[in-house]
Amino acid sequence: MLDNLQRLFRYRGLVQTLVTRELKARYRGSVLGFLWSFINPLLLLLVYTFVFSVVLPGFRGDLEPYALFLFCGLLPWTWFSSALLESSHSLIANGNLIKKVLFPVEILPVVAVLSNMFHFFFALPILGLFLLFYTRPVSPFELVWFPVVVLAQLVLTLGIAFFLSALTVHFRDLRDILGNLLTLWFFSTPILYPMSQLPPFGQGLMNLNPFAHLAIAYQEILFYEGPFGHWKWLLALLAGSFVVFLLGYALFDRLRDSFAEEV
Amino acid sequence: MMTAVDVRGVTKRYRRYQHRRQFATLKSALIRGSLTSDLSPEESFTAVNDVSLTVPAGAAIGIIGRNGSGKSTLLKLVAGITKPTIGEVKVNGRISALIELGAGFHPEISGRENVFINGVMLGLTKHEVAQRFDEIVAFAELEEFIDAPVKNYSSGMYTRLGFAVAVHVDPDILIVDEVLAVGDQGFSLKCLDKFSEFKRRGKTILLVTHGLGTVQQFCDEALWLDHGATRGVGDPTRVVHAYLEDVARAEEKLLTESDRRKQEATIAKGTAVAANDAPRPLDLTDSEPPEDMFRASEGRWGSREASIVTVNLEGDNGPAHVFRTGEQMTVRMKVEVAEALNDFVFGVSIFNAEGVCCYGTNTELEDLRPETMVGDGEVTFVIDSLDLVGGVYKLDVAVHDRHGRPYDYHRLLYTFRVNSPTQDAGFYRPRHRWGFSPNIRFRPPVSDRTP
Repeated sequence: MLDNLQRLFRYRGLVQTLVTRELKARYRGSVLGFLWSFINPLLLLLVYTFVFSVVLPGFRGDLEPYALFLFCGLLPWTWFSSALLESSHSLIANGNLIKKVLFPVEILPVVAVLSNMFHFFFALPILGLFLLFYTRPVSPFELVWFPVVVLAQLVLTLGIAFFLSALTVHFRDLRDILGNLLTLWFFSTPILYPMSQLPPFGQGLMNLNPFAHLAIAYQEILFYEGPFGHWKWLLALLAGSFVVFLLGYALFDRLRDSFAEEV
Repeated sequence: MMTAVDVRGVTKRYRRYQHRRQFATLKSALIRGSLTSDLSPEESFTAVNDVSLTVPAGAAIGIIGRNGSGKSTLLKLVAGITKPTIGEVKVNGRISALIELGAGFHPEISGRENVFINGVMLGLTKHEVAQRFDEIVAFAELEEFIDAPVKNYSSGMYTRLGFAVAVHVDPDILIVDEVLAVGDQGFSLKCLDKFSEFKRRGKTILLVTHGLGTVQQFCDEALWLDHGATRGVGDPTRVVHAYLEDVARAEEKLLTESDRRKQEATIAKGTAVAANDAPRPLDLTDSEPPEDMFRASEGRWGSREASIVTVNLEGDNGPAHVFRTGEQMTVRMKVEVAEALNDFVFGVSIFNAEGVCCYGTNTELEDLRPETMVGDGEVTFVIDSLDLVGGVYKLDVAVHDRHGRPYDYHRLLYTFRVNSPTQDAGFYRPRHRWGFSPNIRFRPPVSDRTP
């Protein structure tokens, strides 16, 4: 398994090529093209801001500016959920590569996760503009933590992506369940509402939700003022993410030989 | 000499999960905690059975066999796309597998970008692709369209580009699965040229093809697979010959079987009609001949005052459905009459697969004047030399009265096949020979033809 992991590293040229292909191909043929990378998150933000400022104003607590708060959690969540949906589908969609070409299969979920990470990166400048617009000071000491949060999210997402992509080959039902599970997960994570809105019991339960820690970390760094207090949780999550990654990869590796036959 | 590919006692079983497909889902697997047991096979299918093959570097091996005989699976095992269930596969050198051309092309992006991506997928670096880019595009003959998105390519352009990239990976071992069939004649020849060039440069080639001529001309050795097992290996001409004989035998069996079924069906229909009509024996409602005899499809009709009970075809070596061109063919009919007849004509016609009558005759036309026919009898129609070109033919046999009113007409119920070593056109091959004055000369034959 470690050999295979090393091989994954050796194929970085191919990963790079395929990620570029995904990014290029995504908006090919649309009028606005690459601009969609910026417009999509903005539209999403608009929808949620409208719902929770006009339709359900009581839900959000006393956060100001709410749009900024929302954006801090929404962008990473979009990366997370689209990466999982895409990677669960990735082996089946690329069946001809697996069956007909000698191809390092694990690259497929990795490409799905990475290309969505780049979409996340492309949306960050908009987040930056928001910060300037609301004149929110972001302390450079806090910003140092930002790459750590991204790393933790990347490793966690990769691990889950390996699980899902390998299992979806055998249980196609997963694809249908997954969308709904992710919606449930989204609403159980403090992205639309602050953690403080929850009763103490709920807050305790929230500690079991790995994405809650990611969302809180993003919010503490970019939205809340004051020092970054969530670092202990973040480091624990980082360690846990590596465990998830290794377990996910181990399962993927075990099922590897069955892919060419089942896809 | 160095061994390029060493396949040792390899068996590949595919799993079939019919049970799980129907009843189990992830949910039930989780509930029963049987995730791993569900992933283990319940029924297996052996695609390749104990095959061994040693390919020395620089050799070209042709793999032949019927559809589903495990040829492609063997290639996938050698290419490392699937792993053997038992046995081992050793490979020395870089492999390029032409199993599906253009696998991994992305439809939305241009041919140019796809060449790069595909090249990298097949194991080149970007720099290497860039070096070979012009050559690849020239080989694919796509200079004009290389910047168009691949989704706008025709399927020929698509496969040409896929082929071009795959052969320019410059592998040590090239694995080719029936890709010569794609593209036009010119491109197929170009592919063969490319393979010859590979061979000259000492590369190893494994070729799966139904083009037996290619195997004989091009390969150093042939492997014949049948139901996953090796049926023959060695000299291509010998193996191809043995394979063709086997194909002819199988075809014979198939034609016998389908003729039998067709006859049973029509005869069953015929007797049912007869039984219904018992009170009015001469009422022929359901046994009338079709309006246009030349458009009629297979069937049987007639008043049955005389009937043809069985029809058998015989060749030089007894009953047959497959004949060599020029072989003797005998049509043997068992006939019977209810009451003695003094007005009867026997006829036979041969039709080709397009329904064109190749030849037809009857006893009346040949001035045989009927006297009497009583009880059971036998009629044979012997063709001394079946001078037809290769193809499938059908036979009409009939007995009728001298005015053409049918007693028993069997329309296209008997099928036979003629195998011919030459690909000549038409349907009749007159006995012939060529003659040339001494100033017109031909080269001696290149390869021995399939007999």
